[in-house]
Amino acid sequence: MPEPLSELGRFQQAFATALAGDAAALAPFGLEAEAAAAGLSVHRNTVARGTIDALATSFPTVRRLVGEAWFEAAARAFIAERPPRERALIDYGGDFPDFLAAFEPAADLPYLAGVARLDRLWLEAHVAADAPAWTPAEAAAVAPEALFDLRPPLHPSARTAWFEALAVPTLWTLCRPPAAEPDAIELAARPEGVLLVRPHGAVEALVLDRASWSLLDACARGVRLGEAADTALAADPGADLPALLLRLVEAGAFSAPPAP
Amino acid sequence: MTAGLMTAGLGLKAQHYAEAAATDAEGLWFEAHPENYMVAGGPRLAWLEVIRQRWPLSLHGVALSLAADADPDPGHLSRLKALVDRFEPALVSEHLAWSAWDGTYRPDLLPFPRTRAALERIAANVGRTQDALGRAILVENPSLYLDLPGHDFAETDFLAELVRRTGCGLLVDVNNAYVSANNLGYDAGAYLDALPAAAIGEIHLAGHTPDARYGQALLIDTHAAPVAEPVWRLYRRLIERIGPRPVLIERDEAIPAFGELMAERDEADRLLRALAAPEAADA
Repeated sequence: MPEPLSELGRFQQAFATALAGDAAALAPFGLEAEAAAAGLSVHRNTVARGTIDALATSFPTVRRLVGEAWFEAAARAFIAERPPRERALIDYGGDFPDFLAAFEPAADLPYLAGVARLDRLWLEAHVAADAPAWTPAEAAAVAPEALFDLRPPLHPSARTAWFEALAVPTLWTLCRPPAAEPDAIELAARPEGVLLVRPHGAVEALVLDRASWSLLDACARGVRLGEAADTALAADPGADLPALLLRLVEAGAFSAPPAP
Repeated sequence: MTAGLMTAGLGLKAQHYAEAAATDAEGLWFEAHPENYMVAGGPRLAWLEVIRQRWPLSLHGVALSLAADADPDPGHLSRLKALVDRFEPALVSEHLAWSAWDGTYRPDLLPFPRTRAALERIAANVGRTQDALGRAILVENPSLYLDLPGHDFAETDFLAELVRRTGCGLLVDVNNAYVSANNLGYDAGAYLDALPAAAIGEIHLAGHTPDARYGQALLIDTHAAPVAEPVWRLYRRLIERIGPRPVLIERDEAIPAFGELMAERDEADRLLRALAAPEAADA
């Protein structure tokens, strides 16, 4: 059986209930609903504002695409369903993309959950651990016959996503603040992937074709580069593997691989 | 610049990183919310390193929830400790308030009845925090919007008792004192006069905003405006009594250009130095 709450704990429970809307909850502590109304509304507003602003900061592209009022309504619905457990609010909102995917008012915005997912992956890349990337010079110094035995891990900041139906990464790249607001939303019905990575100071986005994404996805599983290359060729038999690999290395997608 | 001298400082804002690192002002220091730096890596921590190499730093927590009837969250405390160990801040502070309860975190600083039992619990929480961090913290007086019944202590007595029991210091937020006194109907000057001078390790100055519905009767601690004239007067009264302390201009909303914040900071600095001047002349 849980320990009965102390007086302070009972107060906190009552205050939490009052914040959630039931001002009468504080009556046992001598504070009638009418007397509490103004002060409680200050606290409710501060809590709501702080939580909504945290989501707005973490999902700037979503907010731009749907506008402030729509975003705020969606944020309030999400917060009601999944209030913060995280004390560092930068960590809050990991479930927001999934929430938007199932959010009925977003049903006619098939790209929105994907955009939210990319905002979230950008944030993860932004705050990931610092590490040097595997440089093109280092990769070029490896003998060609030895290259395929290496297992280059993805850089700790690297995040990838693949969209089978819609070119969400291009849309996201064009719309994400602080880029100028585009005149019209362009959304192509073609598959597209993206790599978000921060080899140096800022997160960079690299739009990926199927072969590049397959290669990164295989490397993320820790396979040999030779096997990853086979996966890439299976995805697109016409892929130019050396060019593709160089582009990924230049983007800082990998950490230096351990000796085989 | 005298290394380590802290007169008037500024809350550190991401949009001002480059200017904060490049500016030059004697006695300047910066204060950051540790919660914004509880990350594995990246530009935030890199900027904080740059600032810290140049200026004294204060870490001002908002999420430890010291006044909840629960132990400080071990995960949060260990992330705070990692930052304290890495950045070796001159000051570490938190609030006399709670924000986490029953698994939910509310980004606010919530009130409680200042009972004897609450004092026991909060003193224990401050003690655990100080033990974990290996150093004393400063505890800040809250902004109050609700006149709760059932207090066993005046807030000043409660804070003094917390100091006595835990060895913590006080962070006196003059704007909070003004806002609370205004909203609950007491005298802010008398409140400040009653705080134990020796325990005060830092002062905060900030702006407030009248509530949209209740106007001046309900002032809100928004940090969205310049420091108000009555708050400047209370600040002078406080430092005339207790002497100079590190003082901070806080601005978290409607953030103006860095130069505008520095001008406000320079005024707080000037008032501190005006205090010190007569003593120097006497010596």
